Amino acid sequence: MDAGFVIIAALTVVSALAAMSLRNLVHCALCLTITFASLAALYLKLNAQFVGLAQVLVYIGAVAILIVFAILLTRSDDQTPRAAILSPAWWVGAGVAVAAFCVLAAAICSSAIVKTASTTAPAISVEGIGDKLMKDYVLPLEVIGLLLTAALIGAVIIAMQERKQT
Amino acid sequence: MEAVDQAFVSLKHWIVGLFPPVAQPWASILLSITPILIFFPLLFGITTILERKGLGRMQNRLGPNRVGPAGFFQFIADGLKMLTKEDIVPRAADHAVHFIAPFVLLVPVLLAFSVLPYGRNMVPIDIDSGLLFFFAVGSATELSVFMAGWSSCNKYSLLGAMRGIAQMISYELPLVLASLTVVMMVGSLRLTEIVDAQSVPYWPWLPRWHVFTPWGCAGFLLFLVAATAESNRTPFDIPEAESEIIAGYLVEYSGFKYALFFLGEYLGLFAVSSLGITLFLGGWLPPFAFLSFIPSWLWFFVKLLSMIFLFIWIRGTLPRLRTDQLMAFAWKFMLPMTLINIVAAALWHFSRGWEVPFALGLRWLSCAAILVVPYWIFGRAVATRFAKRIYRYAT
Amino acid sequence: MLGSGIAKGMIETARNFVGSYTDESRLVTVEYPEERLPLKEASRNFPFLVYDGEDAAPGLRCVACQICEKECPPQCIYIVKDTAKKPDYLGKMQFQPRVFDIDVSVCMSCQICVEVCPFEAIKMDTEYELSTSDRFDGLLLKKEDLWKSNEYYQKIHPTEATEVDRRLAEEKAKAEAKAKADAEKAKAAADAKKAATATAATPSAPTSPAA
Repeated sequence: MDAGFVIIAALTVVSALAAMSLRNLVHCALCLTITFASLAALYLKLNAQFVGLAQVLVYIGAVAILIVFAILLTRSDDQTPRAAILSPAWWVGAGVAVAAFCVLAAAICSSAIVKTASTTAPAISVEGIGDKLMKDYVLPLEVIGLLLTAALIGAVIIAMQERKQT
Repeated sequence: MEAVDQAFVSLKHWIVGLFPPVAQPWASILLSITPILIFFPLLFGITTILERKGLGRMQNRLGPNRVGPAGFFQFIADGLKMLTKEDIVPRAADHAVHFIAPFVLLVPVLLAFSVLPYGRNMVPIDIDSGLLFFFAVGSATELSVFMAGWSSCNKYSLLGAMRGIAQMISYELPLVLASLTVVMMVGSLRLTEIVDAQSVPYWPWLPRWHVFTPWGCAGFLLFLVAATAESNRTPFDIPEAESEIIAGYLVEYSGFKYALFFLGEYLGLFAVSSLGITLFLGGWLPPFAFLSFIPSWLWFFVKLLSMIFLFIWIRGTLPRLRTDQLMAFAWKFMLPMTLINIVAAALWHFSRGWEVPFALGLRWLSCAAILVVPYWIFGRAVATRFAKRIYRYAT
Repeated sequence: MLGSGIAKGMIETARNFVGSYTDESRLVTVEYPEERLPLKEASRNFPFLVYDGEDAAPGLRCVACQICEKECPPQCIYIVKDTAKKPDYLGKMQFQPRVFDIDVSVCMSCQICVEVCPFEAIKMDTEYELSTSDRFDGLLLKKEDLWKSNEYYQKIHPTEATEVDRRLAEEKAKAEAKAKADAEKAKAAADAKKAATATAATPSAPTSPAA
């Protein structure tokens, strides 16, 4: 629980809250990007180099760009709502969030990860991850590849159909 | 000449030794990054003047030659001009995002400089997955293009930003895949190990640089093209060229912020050139063993300057590609060629144990055939579209 | 083969780059203001007044006939005749201008003043570095700014000037020949008259001497 962790965790929570509650949609997307970046910082702090850098590469380099492209292509005018969007039954949402948090915390605390205390952090290299992916987990890897290919073909078909209609 | 080669390293160790032990890690970090922060912006200034004079000579004219000896202080004059220009921000612009965009470009690019080996034992940070770090922070620079285009509240800069981002993400794939072959053959993501794998020459006259293998040569060319596109340079500079949609996403930036964008773009060029040198051209290694009296950081600098000259040469020669031509080139040519390059690299690896006579030549020919034949077929397939134009009225 | 065009283009640019240091024809920049491109002979900018000989005021060819002032389309010439007269190259007494102003901010270099001048007095100059910081008085050229010698005219437009000089010399020769012929005729007439008066005076020779 050192100073670095406190700062990164505070940044994560604050930017996530800002991403929820800011009025300008582009500002929300950029705060979400800050959340991604601070999550990557947390991973790097835990010495998980591959996951941390993959988080930057995939989330900030691709997912955030995807989100901003979606905003770019669908909202041409700057429709910032004048007042903050706050529904009258906000306490229902807060209650559901607290309940979900309690369930998740209980599940994590009673799981095996917390019970078996490891003294040293396992030294995982990128080579080790690649090894595991190609030997033990090759089926999930190929299935994910197939899924992504299907998504790519679907995107191309949707885009092509839109062009044929016009 | 070991002393000259390690001059910077020993200087840094001596200065760090002057600090108390509690402050030594911080001093070490500062001393590693300060030379980068001083040297590369200076190189940026010199590159702008080299570019203007080089382009001028290629176009049968002199470049700037009034400020300083043969015009070499022109970048100081340009810098002063940029600093003293009025900073105009449109009234409807998103001021916070407009302000931050140049920094979102600069910070990841400067981060990328921290994992490159500039000489023997001269890496600021030697992490295990250095190459992955480089590409990760490189992909974070695309966000600044969007921020610049969106916050200007100008539909033309938005269009320019959209085209710019599309170009950058399309060319990121061939860039990463071309570097993938090197990682495959070396077996590590650590950049110092990649340089060390190129240190023992095949023969005294042929260094073991990756560019002298068929997959390395093709990979280097693909890397070069993708790097040109990633840094928005001609022939891929649609997002920011002067005659395009009024400088695209940069149109609402003036004065110092424009200079920061300019700086960030050129620093990105240096970073990706340095990566290309590390991956394919042997980093700080001299080509021949008898030339090793020249310090390793000087070799790196010479290679970096020749890459910069190559970029300037290409800029002086080729016309600009249209956006659709650019995208078609990335997806329909570069991506298949990089995948074929991976197959050729795999063949090179598995044929290492061939015991036939002229094994090296045979391996070279077979890998080159895998690469050249699809290239030639593709060339024939598009030759009909690039047939010689018949002008009806002009003679 | 795909990519051969790029290779050819890069060789050409490289040839330009190297040639710009070695070959004259590959670096065509003229570094103004240290070097200037030589002007063609027929180039023209604004008019000037020609004077013959060493001194400007007595040698000025302009006789203030004001034809150029009337023919100038934008009316940029302003002439005031002087009351005193001076002899021209033929020796005849002619008027001279006291004030001869051309406003070069108005002049459009149409050369009409040169075409209509009967005295070869105004010709087109090639001087183009006339910038000044005063928009009004700085661009109003007076007689003293406009008069330049015939040697200067020979230098900037040699063919034209030689032609003009030849014509003027011809005129002068013709005038001299005419003057000589007139003089001879006058002498012959005077001789004849003298002979006539002499013969008329001989009958009464000793008493009335010839007057």
